[in-house]
Amino acid sequence: MYEQIASNKRKTYLLIFLTLVFVGGLGFLFAYIIARGSFAASLAGLIIALAISGAMSIASYRYGDRLVLSTSRAQPVTHEQEPRLHNVVEGMAIAAGLPKPSVYVVPERSPNAFATGRDPEHSSIAVTRGLLDMMDRVELEGVVGHEMSHVKDRDILLGTVVATLVGSVVLIAEFMLRWFFWGGMAGRGRDNEGGGQGFALLAIVGLVLAILAPLFAQVIKMSVSRRREYLADSEGVMLTRYPPGLASALRKIADDHTPMQVANNATGHLWLNQPSRVPGADNHWWENLFNTHPPIQDRIRILEEM
Amino acid sequence: MLALWIVLGVVVLLVLWAVFTYNRLVRDRVRTENAWSQIDVQLRRRYDLIPNLIETVKGYAAHEREVFEDVTRARTQAQEATGVENQAKAENEITRSVGKLIAVAENYPELKANQNFLALQEELTGTEDKIAYARQFYNDQVQGYNALIQSFPASLIVAATGGRFAKKEFFDIDEPARGPVEVQF
Repeated sequence: MYEQIASNKRKTYLLIFLTLVFVGGLGFLFAYIIARGSFAASLAGLIIALAISGAMSIASYRYGDRLVLSTSRAQPVTHEQEPRLHNVVEGMAIAAGLPKPSVYVVPERSPNAFATGRDPEHSSIAVTRGLLDMMDRVELEGVVGHEMSHVKDRDILLGTVVATLVGSVVLIAEFMLRWFFWGGMAGRGRDNEGGGQGFALLAIVGLVLAILAPLFAQVIKMSVSRRREYLADSEGVMLTRYPPGLASALRKIADDHTPMQVANNATGHLWLNQPSRVPGADNHWWENLFNTHPPIQDRIRILEEM
Repeated sequence: MLALWIVLGVVVLLVLWAVFTYNRLVRDRVRTENAWSQIDVQLRRRYDLIPNLIETVKGYAAHEREVFEDVTRARTQAQEATGVENQAKAENEITRSVGKLIAVAENYPELKANQNFLALQEELTGTEDKIAYARQFYNDQVQGYNALIQSFPASLIVAATGGRFAKKEFFDIDEPARGPVEVQF
């Protein structure tokens, strides 16, 4: 467990370092191209880019959890509103010997859950409305136990930084791609001559990001290996001491095919099970690219063998 | 001259080891004490819930006096209990008598539909789960601590410091029933 914590911290620092290098390099390159080879301008570009990515890194460390919670439309709930959920979260926190995380509910019918935060003192657990409606107490404990293990192992720190640093680039790339296709075609008719340079520049940025997207996907996959989901399953069960609870919850999740509105490729790796906007076996290749979770049937099988 | 340095080095290492081990012993003992206070918080929470529960059930089933007295007696005994083992016995008595009270309540459909009763039942179940988890955590800490104080060479420090690192007792209470709660009609 302590190795897992150390490894997560190491990976977080490495990721922040790589972001600095990548964004800094990008800034240098762009300034170099725009200023036609002037070294002073390139240096200025490098410094500006480093400042931006430095601020991004600090923000993702300090406020990443809030960003993840708000993009998932998670809402805080009080003990009076959701007594069962609050009791279960507190129980699991006691079992893990950790402070109680903040409790959130995501208004989605698809059953799922995630944890975020930078350390156990600043952590949150969010579950969807569908999960609350579908699961009995024992199953809910299984799910919350799994999330509590992510909190304990500091998976939440790495996961949140990955979501905000790498994920944000992925989202920008997706946005740029869409904008490039639709905006580019619509614009062609009207202003053939005007807006040329600015548009071309943005198009290049979008294209570069889009080309690099599979690389980013690979980064997400490498930093949040499938192994840690199995690990969180077994550690969660160590907390509840009742494997059938989580197994039964996962079975219900596997049988459910409700799409999730807030699913996106930046936060997908944080969820209990890979969320999807278009559920079913035939996922779009783009979504499969970001598939960070082990097959749910394998997870159920392992739990059943415990 | 060399021999002197070697002796000095060994002494320094021994002192360092003793300080390190002593601190580890203190840390582990504090952990068991913290874990115990977690149990205590939840036990108190349950004591606080019981009078409310009795009042609510009384409103519908005033004549079930025996059950009420049973629960009240168990609660008083638990509050007065001292020592880990006696505490555990008294808590088991509460769990048993409250279980009976809930079972009695099952016979009154109006009571079962009462929002206040349902909320209390949720709190009680939640608190009993938390007691179980706090106990699990406490026992794990005690197991680690007891193993440490008996292991060599840490046991040398334990012996040298007198009764400061005494063996801790496990808190053995009945496990709450797992599996989906069956609703009887």
